[in-house]
Order: sequence, then structure tokens, then C-alpha cells
Amino acid sequence: MSSTTDRAGRPIVVVTGMGVVTSLGASKSENWANLTAGKSGIHTISRFATEGLKTRIAGTVDFVPVEPYSTPRLSERLADMAAEEAIAESGIGRRGDFPGPLFLAVPPVEVEWPQRIELAQASGANDAVSYDDLLRAAASGRFNPYHARFMFASVADHLAETFGTKGSPISLSTACASGATAIQLGVEAIRRGETEAALCIGSDGSINPESLIRFSLLSALSTANDRPEEAAKPFSKNRDGFVMAEGAAALVLESLESAKARGANILGVLEGCGEMADAFHRTRSSPDGKPIIGCICNAIADAGLTPEDIDYINPHGTGTPENDKMEALGVTAVFGERARSIPISSNKSMIGHTLSAAGAVEAVFSLLTLQHQRIPPTINYQVPDPSIPLDVVPNAARDAEVRHILSNSFGFGGQNASLVMGREPA
Amino acid sequence: MAEAAREAWITGIGIVSCLGEGVQAHWQALCAGHPQADTTTFAPYIVHRITALDLDKQIPKKGDQRQMEPWQRIGTYAAGLALDSAGLKGNAEVLARTDMIVAAGGGERDYAADSAILSSRSKADNPETFLNERLMSDLRPTLFLAQLANLLAGNISIVHGVTGSSRTFMGEESAGVDAVRTALARINAGQSDIVLVGGAYNSERPDMLMQYEFGGFNLKEKYAPVWQRAPKGGFALGSLGAFLVIESRAQAEARSAGRLARLSAVLSERSRRRPGDVETALARMWDRLADKIESGRVAVISGATGAEPATSEERAFFARHKDIAVRATGSYLGHGFEPQFVMNIALAALALSHGSLFPPGEESAVERPMEGPLKQVVVTGIGHWRGEGVALLEAP
Repeated sequence: MSSTTDRAGRPIVVVTGMGVVTSLGASKSENWANLTAGKSGIHTISRFATEGLKTRIAGTVDFVPVEPYSTPRLSERLADMAAEEAIAESGIGRRGDFPGPLFLAVPPVEVEWPQRIELAQASGANDAVSYDDLLRAAASGRFNPYHARFMFASVADHLAETFGTKGSPISLSTACASGATAIQLGVEAIRRGETEAALCIGSDGSINPESLIRFSLLSALSTANDRPEEAAKPFSKNRDGFVMAEGAAALVLESLESAKARGANILGVLEGCGEMADAFHRTRSSPDGKPIIGCICNAIADAGLTPEDIDYINPHGTGTPENDKMEALGVTAVFGERARSIPISSNKSMIGHTLSAAGAVEAVFSLLTLQHQRIPPTINYQVPDPSIPLDVVPNAARDAEVRHILSNSFGFGGQNASLVMGREPA
Repeated sequence: MAEAAREAWITGIGIVSCLGEGVQAHWQALCAGHPQADTTTFAPYIVHRITALDLDKQIPKKGDQRQMEPWQRIGTYAAGLALDSAGLKGNAEVLARTDMIVAAGGGERDYAADSAILSSRSKADNPETFLNERLMSDLRPTLFLAQLANLLAGNISIVHGVTGSSRTFMGEESAGVDAVRTALARINAGQSDIVLVGGAYNSERPDMLMQYEFGGFNLKEKYAPVWQRAPKGGFALGSLGAFLVIESRAQAEARSAGRLARLSAVLSERSRRRPGDVETALARMWDRLADKIESGRVAVISGATGAEPATSEERAFFARHKDIAVRATGSYLGHGFEPQFVMNIALAALALSHGSLFPPGEESAVERPMEGPLKQVVVTGIGHWRGEGVALLEAP
């Protein structure tokens, strides 16, 4: 009988349940079918008027209506769906009684424009509306539900209540690396022996006018509005920014010992996690790539592997000129000559950038890649960038033998997190 | 022996609030008594405003200061004080492997831009297009970065060079409790040797007053210490920056760091807040600490907010432990959500390093004088809406 601890003597952490929702569909099967068919989930925004905006496309999840829309409300609903699928697959615990903590990556929460407008109207102020007027309206007590709704803790509190996770639920943000950080926190808790299982979720339903405009003003978004499905072009020479998107993914992490004891189906192994913060700039990576390189090396070392063992890279791959250049530099530095031949394909070419959810969504897609031994493509790859000489699995999925995957997530604020996932327990 | 090497010591404290900057200012103000607050600036709302900070002392580059909003400046400043206090400022080798857990919300609005949009929107031909156009022209690109919760951590990395790792917990009071709990667990388990943990809050925000006015939580008109606000209850928003350097004993000894206190336990819970839930959660957590607590030498530093019914339930719990001296620092500091628990751990460590508790801050039945030496402090953190936590600190 093989061991249930890794080479460092820590409990091996496996995945026994996964769920995912993106613009490509609800459920793993729908997403996997579309992802390997090279379909795009990016479309023209219909949730709100886009006149006057530079970017009018996104990967909104429109088939999950929430009325009235707000970021925490949609994020909550998407997380619900992903968690439901993951827990059902895992078969762990009982309904509403998940035997471990919740780690949730969510977008920051605040009152949004529909509420501000509603308050302004309720205040009765005619000409000049000030925060004094909004405060007076808020004091009426009529808007009491907005207190809980717009607490940062509200989405996690709802999920903890619904799925019966244990202890204080943790809501976290490492910007666009949040989903990976949620998984990392789960891995660490199991390795500490604090719990046998953890529910790790990344969710993001934050596409509203102001959030879109904020990214737009930083010139981070693609403006290829005319052909939305071709807008996300990671690693291409003509890439012009990322495409905002929504989605959620949930993973049931479990100690190998616990999974074996209850005869659970093991979907993959969370072999290693790495991180390293970048002190160079708020939105740009250190030009020498050291934090990215350090982050990747930390993850591979944490997994007890060497770069030689990595068969496929699921990159952050946003499609911004800066990210893809720096990520290619980091990958080339870590993998040397082999960098040119390791397949590296960006899910974001199809689903866009699911922001707080991305690290979790892409971890689920990585585990599906291991399971199916098939690599989803980087679509919209028509104009290669000679400065990025990597095998981006252009435009069509490919069968391959994949034993270990590296998944990268990088975010504003110098956030870098990488995960290493494998197929079979060692 | 291995376990002793992994025990967690607090070796650095950085705190700023309405009471001033640094541990001396806080200790003096707490010993002087007489909690008070600003009743005029945001009248009728009562607010504890941050003391004036000479930002250049901790954030030397003006360019960095400009890239932040007040909550981030407060936090980056406090983090710098903590690193100074731990003797780590500029120690690149240690900072590069220092793990960071920040508890933060974020936000901050451009009030003029919001008001201008709300004032003109209803008169526009197409209100939706009007909103888009105005946001495109009125929002400062850098404001976004000042709104992101994780950009306090980002600024600390940039300004102070802390780069081992960087994680931001959100979720009001619970975020602070779980940040410290996670830091302690990682050190005890050998997953980390040294952690910078803390957070910041800016109370001078009409949008925050609005957020809590929805639920009727704001203290208005007349100031009162937290235990004297029932039955209506309420909290006064308080600007806070609080950071701790926590390290394993082995790591601290290796670099001859001074120990301010030992962090022995941090517990957190989530209750549904049915009547009695807070009291039950406190009792359950207290029981888990009971075999460590030395009766007669322990005090409580409470994070009671003044919000009801949570504060009355916490008070009812203390009524069962009449022999223990309790202090609610919220009377002095106001309520700052994410960093509140960290601040109270800092103040507990400060009291332990003095070997005595500061005097009562009010004259109700809850706070009583404490004679004799102080060896242990239990810190409580009961969220105004959700989240319950406690920590146990012990004298060096």
C-alpha cells in the first residue's frame, strides 16, 4: 500500500470533486466540450448599455439571471452552482454538512450605481445630490437588506450556511491570483492536519459599468469589439488586452488518507503551491522577471519535482502585451531550452479573464486536462509573436501524455501564485 | 523541544489611531483614561479620526503616497512602524522571506464625482449613457488601485520590500481574526518562520457611514463608552492601522529579536447570530483556552463594538467571570472592522510588556480595576454582524 504522505512527510492533498461555471456553460462536461472544441464564450455585453465605452465585450455569464444584478449576488449564485457540482461529485459529508472549512476568492464588494441611484431618488434631493442626502435615505431603514448584501463577508457567509462548511469562512483577494490562493490555503490547512477536507472556491460576477471602466481606464482591456469571439489573443503579436469575464469554480480538496478511507474517486493531486510577491510596481512585473521565476520554482519545489517533470503549462496568459511577455520570460528562464517544446495554452483565449475566479477555474481545467490527457488550445492565434517562441497549442486541441501541470496566476499588487497538479498520488 | 521552537512570539508592533502614533502614545492615552471622539466633523455621526501622520517618515516617496488613498497610507505607515519595532526595516534577507497576511476591505470613493453624477443623471437624455460617459471622464485611473483590497499588501511590498508572500483576507471583523489565526497556525506548523499581519481602516468616509446606516449601526448625536450604549447600541467608526510582526521562537532567537509577548492561541467561529449565539460562542472558545488560563493573572481586552445585541451578549458572558478585569478599547479607538482584532492584540502585548493593565475607561459594572501583575490577556473580537474570535497572549 502506497503512502498517504509526500516526500516531505506532509499529508498528500487530492481533489475529489470539481464544479465550474463560465461563459462556456454550467458544468464540467459542457465547459470541457466547448473548451476542447476551441469555442469562445466572449460576446457583446447586453447586461447594461455600453454606449460611450471603449470596450463593449465580455464573457458575462448571461444564462444565470439574477434580478436585480449586483456583483455579490451573481458571484454568490455562480459559487453556489460550482460548489453544488463539486460536492455532489465528491460525495463527501452530507447535504448541508461539509466536513471542513471554506476558502473563497471573491471580488471586492461595495454598494453599486443602481443602489446609489435608488438612494438618491429616495432622498428626495432635487438638484445637488450629496452623500448627506444618501445618508439621510439610508437612515430611513428602508434599505436595511443592503447592509448584509454589501458586506465583504456576505457571499462566504451565505455559502457557509448553504453547504455547512466548518469554522469561520475565509474570503480572500490576491486580485487576479485569488482563485489559486484559495486553493493554496486549503492545501496548507490539510497539510497542517487541521482538517481532512476543504472547500475552495473562486467566483467572480463583477461585470458592471464601473468595474469595466476601471480596467478600461488602465488600458488593460481588448477593444476588439467588432469580433468579440476573436478578441482574446494570448501570446499573439496583435494581442491588445484581456477580456473581462465571469465564472466560478469549486474544488473539494481532501487528504489522500481520508479520500482512500471513504473510497472516493480521486480526480487529481494538488502537488505543490508557490508564491512570491513583486515589489516593483502596482500593475507591472519586475523587468527581470525574478518574482515570477521565484514563484514558479517555489511551486515546483513544493511539489517535490523539478522543471523536467512538468509536461504542460496552464499560463496566466491574459492577452495583455505586458503579462504575456513577462510570463514567457519567466517560463523561458525556468525551463530553459525545454520551454520551446512544453505545451502552454491559455484558457483565457476562450473564456476570457475570470478575475478572482481565474485561478480556481483554470485549476479545474488543468485537472480535466490531466483526466482526459487532452490539451485545450490557445484560440485566436493567427499572428505569432516572434519574441514568444513557445508551443501555445495554436487553435486546436491536442492529445498528449500529461503527468504534471503547472498553473500560473498573477495579479495587480505584485501577486504571483502557482500551482502544480498531478494525475496520480505518488 | 521542536514544539517550543515553533511557538510564536510577537516581536514588532506598529499602531496608529485617534490616540496617536506608536505604542508609547497609545499606552499613555489608555492610562490617562477619558475616552472621547469627534462629534462635529460628520455630525450627527460620531467618528474617531486618525491622528496627523508625518507620512514621509514611513512612506518616503511622494509618488508612493499619491498612489494610495487614506486607508492604504494608514496601513502602509503602520506596517512600517511594525517593521521598525521588530528591527527589520531594510533587512532584505528577512523581508524577502517574510509572509504577509493583510485584513482589509478597500473601497474609497471620489465623493465629488459620485455627487456630480447623481446630481445630473436624472436630467440626462439617456441616463445609462450619461453614467458611462461620466465614469469614463471622471474616474481617476489610479483610484481603482486604491480601491482594491489587496493593494494595501501591494503597497507594503513596494514601500517596505516584504515579498515572501502576500495574501489579503476580506470580510470585516472576521478577516482580522482569521488573518492572525492563519499566521499563528502557519508558524506553529513550520509553514512560515515570520509573518507581518495586520490591516487598516479609514473612518472618514461617508460611503462607509452609509453602509452601516443601512443597518442602523452608527452611533449618533452623543458619545458614550461602548458598554453604555444599550439598548439602542451603535459603533463610532474609527480609523486604525495595526500591524504585528510574529515569528517563530527559533527565528526570533536566531536574530536576537526582542519578545513583546507570546501568541499562544487564536480561535474563530461563525455563528448564525440567533439570540444567545455570541454568548455561547464565547463560552465555547473560552473553554478551549481554560486549561491555559491562570486565574488572577489574566485580563480581557475586548473588541466590543457597541453594536447590539452582540455587545450585550458579550457583557453577559463577562458577568459570569466577575473576577476578570475587562477593557473595551473601542471606547477609545472606535470601530475599525478588519484591523480591530490586530490592534487589540497589539494593545494586549503592550500591557503584557508593561506587566500591568491600564485603568478602566468608564464607570459601568463591566470594567473593574486590576491589581497585581498581568501575565495573560485574552483578546475578544465579536463582529458587529458576523464572526467571533479570541486570542490568548502571554507575558514574555
